[in-house]
Amino acid sequence: MSSLDQQHLDHLDQLEAQSIFILREARVRLKRLGLLWSLGKDSNVLIWLCRKAFLGELPFPVAHLDTGLEFPESYEFRDRYSQEWGLNLIKDECPPIEMTDPTLPPGTRIAARKSLGLAAALEKYQFDGLITGIRRDEQATRAKERIFSPRGLDGSWQAANQPPEFWDQFTIERAPGTHMRVHPLLAWTELDVWRYIQREEIPLVPLYFAKDGKRFRSLGEIGITFPVDSHASTIEEIIEELENTRTPERAGRSMDHEAEDAFERLRTTGYL
Amino acid sequence: MAPAATLAAPRAEAPVLAPRKAQAPYPIVIVGHVDHGKSTLIGRLLHDTDSLPEGRLAELQKVSSQRGLELEWSFLLDALQIERDQGITLDTTRIWFKTAKRPYVIIDAPGHREFLRNMVTGASGADAAVLVTDAERGVSEQTRRHAYLLSLLGVTKVIIAVNKMDLMGHAEAAWQAVKDEVSAYLAKLGMQPLYVIPLSARHGDNIATRSQQMGWYQGPTLLEALDLLTPPAGRADATFRMPIQDVYRRGDRRMAVGRIETGRIRLGDKVEIAPTGQPATVASIDTGRGDGEQFARAGQSAAISFIEDAALARGQIIAPAGHMPHLALALRVRAFWLDSEPLVVGSRLTLRLTTAEHAVVVEKFERIVDVENLNDADSQELGQGGIAEIVLRSAAPIAFDPHTDLPITGRAGLARGTRIVGGAVVLGAAENAGSVKGPVTAVDSSVDRVAFEARNGHRGGVLWLSGLSGAGKSTVAMGAQRRLFDDGWRVLVLDGDNLRKGLNKDLGFSPAERLENVRRVAEVAKLMAENGSVVLVSLISPTAELRELARSIVGDGFHEVWVKADVNTCAQRDPKGLYAAARDGKIAQFTGVSAPFEAPASPDLVLDTAEFDIPTTTELLIAHIRRNLALDQADGHAVGI
Repeated sequence: MSSLDQQHLDHLDQLEAQSIFILREARVRLKRLGLLWSLGKDSNVLIWLCRKAFLGELPFPVAHLDTGLEFPESYEFRDRYSQEWGLNLIKDECPPIEMTDPTLPPGTRIAARKSLGLAAALEKYQFDGLITGIRRDEQATRAKERIFSPRGLDGSWQAANQPPEFWDQFTIERAPGTHMRVHPLLAWTELDVWRYIQREEIPLVPLYFAKDGKRFRSLGEIGITFPVDSHASTIEEIIEELENTRTPERAGRSMDHEAEDAFERLRTTGYL
Repeated sequence: MAPAATLAAPRAEAPVLAPRKAQAPYPIVIVGHVDHGKSTLIGRLLHDTDSLPEGRLAELQKVSSQRGLELEWSFLLDALQIERDQGITLDTTRIWFKTAKRPYVIIDAPGHREFLRNMVTGASGADAAVLVTDAERGVSEQTRRHAYLLSLLGVTKVIIAVNKMDLMGHAEAAWQAVKDEVSAYLAKLGMQPLYVIPLSARHGDNIATRSQQMGWYQGPTLLEALDLLTPPAGRADATFRMPIQDVYRRGDRRMAVGRIETGRIRLGDKVEIAPTGQPATVASIDTGRGDGEQFARAGQSAAISFIEDAALARGQIIAPAGHMPHLALALRVRAFWLDSEPLVVGSRLTLRLTTAEHAVVVEKFERIVDVENLNDADSQELGQGGIAEIVLRSAAPIAFDPHTDLPITGRAGLARGTRIVGGAVVLGAAENAGSVKGPVTAVDSSVDRVAFEARNGHRGGVLWLSGLSGAGKSTVAMGAQRRLFDDGWRVLVLDGDNLRKGLNKDLGFSPAERLENVRRVAEVAKLMAENGSVVLVSLISPTAELRELARSIVGDGFHEVWVKADVNTCAQRDPKGLYAAARDGKIAQFTGVSAPFEAPASPDLVLDTAEFDIPTTTELLIAHIRRNLALDQADGHAVGI
């Protein structure tokens, strides 16, 4: 690394430092922390940042809300890196689709299994803080999120009544029996994530890289996540592609598009 | 760590591209009164710079027509159902776009007074602001309030967008009127608008393209004005401050973790840790870049360890030696209030200044600001959205910087319990409030001295036992304590050796450090004596100056006791092997060997342990204490023998 004494921090340095600051606040403020690992690129970055923040360790459990519908490559990745990174992995299966709200559109119902799985994990492990990798640039309702976001008793997001958050003074108040969501990557963009993965050489599920003219830009369950047309088979090419695209990141996620409010309904009832 | 290539695409085959540097997006907040056109302006800006994602315009058209509306730009940002249904912006949001010059992140802030907390949330993350003002309606209540909040939040680069010029026939006079009004208001806040731009968001005039209707305007379009903004100055050249977030252990090393807010730091730097001012030397720096880090700078999150065994805790501020933050028990602050329940004199709050938390009481309102005209408001309470200058008092010293010197360590969140209800910038220590180095207003004990004495049956006092190491100070003190304790007395021993393991472990044996050692012990002994205890202090205190310092601190009730034994007797006893070590040169400045002991000129009691044995000298001490501190039988209180 070059001398930092005179140089300015670059954008990735600033994002990293701010995320580490947030993670350390979460650890000192919240007793029973957990991290939600989707196996996707953003939560991999999150784990990477945790290991930096906590001087090489990950001092709380990492939960993968398993629907049983992940791609085989994702499971292979999970099993390899949970070992390599020394994660305390929770991999409980989410409740079946019959348990979800039948008025939701079909793709949204599959995603809603994760909300149920999350509620079950909260109940079982009594987390008072959950760290997730959501970003403001992913989706318009996520853009309204706080870094420390208190949830209601049923895990719900009080979108219309969020607390103030300024000068890095985060809300720590939450009602008994509720938990806090913590969002260290909120200020990052998709490109920031990829540039950081490139810089730090963070491993990824290979499905992100183009094969036969297709790649996954956003990784979710089989059946509700679809690849996009792409020839970007390296990180460099993906960055190049993203610098020039106008297609939104979650275009391949069917649950975002089934109804105007589908995603907000998911989110207000506890989804990420 | 295995590189990504093992699971990801093979890197070796990829062409080596020089990675384009990610550029930090310039954060701009759009503020202003409700319905003055903030959302339309943002929508237009994104549309005209061709920044909307694919399908977004079609989606907007669809949801607009579902609600029977023409294209509603505000839906771009008002993503929540309730926002769309009610046609208002509730919460702040962010959206990205870029010009040929650089990327931006636009922060949208709601204009309703009841959502001021969300405006503050958004604006606090901005480096510059566009204050949107309706050309027809002019400066309105939230225009002023937002301008004031911008100044408190430190967002002083302000562009005024005079919107809806189409409704005013694009007349220069309409623009001039708004310009004059806004400029006059900002001037009173010490701000000056960078640009005042006449525009029409709905029609795209002077947003990205120059208006054909307003040839009289020679200034930049909004987009040009944004590109003319200069990035904030770096904070690395300011005085070093690192508030401690947490303390981690790695092996037997303890590390202070936190973010460097200002300045830079190197290995070997001498620092002081506020508020106690304990000195320390930087032994290691870890910002996650691998081994051998030599320095770190503003903006980085770091873990720092010290050569000394410094007492570290969340809320302390690491500062360069000789450049500590100010310390005060009461602060003058300019505060904004976001809670629905008003703030009044006597309200209890938590002042959250970086990572420190202080319980404070609102002592007085110096002035409540009428945001309309910036005069003093005639009010005894600070309502939601209000701004006031207030004095906050704490029981413990607060380390701070005036916000004009160092903004980050000069501002604080205000919380009720754990709920954030406002913010404040620190103007300075309150006058007569006891800057800690000046006169301190003592907090009276709720139990007075007479009450203590009545219960204990004796007065409080300090027996200051001085003498050479090995003279028997601690032995005599412990013996007397046991006997008096058994008789129902409240009696404590402050032993110099033990105190140096805790309270005074940061101190060495230089003359200055011995002075400080004595000062601290005397202060502690005094507090205990005032609370009714008999305090036996066992401390070499070799010079008349040190003993005089102790006497002056404790005042009435100070008894100087010389535990007397010549140096040869003490060296023969040498219970801790210290004399041997000192003669071998292993201990520098050892009293009696390499440093002098000045015999007390007129002690209140002499206990000669070379002449008498320990039980005898112990009895002498007990007798002295009873004689001087027991309440008279005539007072009706049992002394207890």
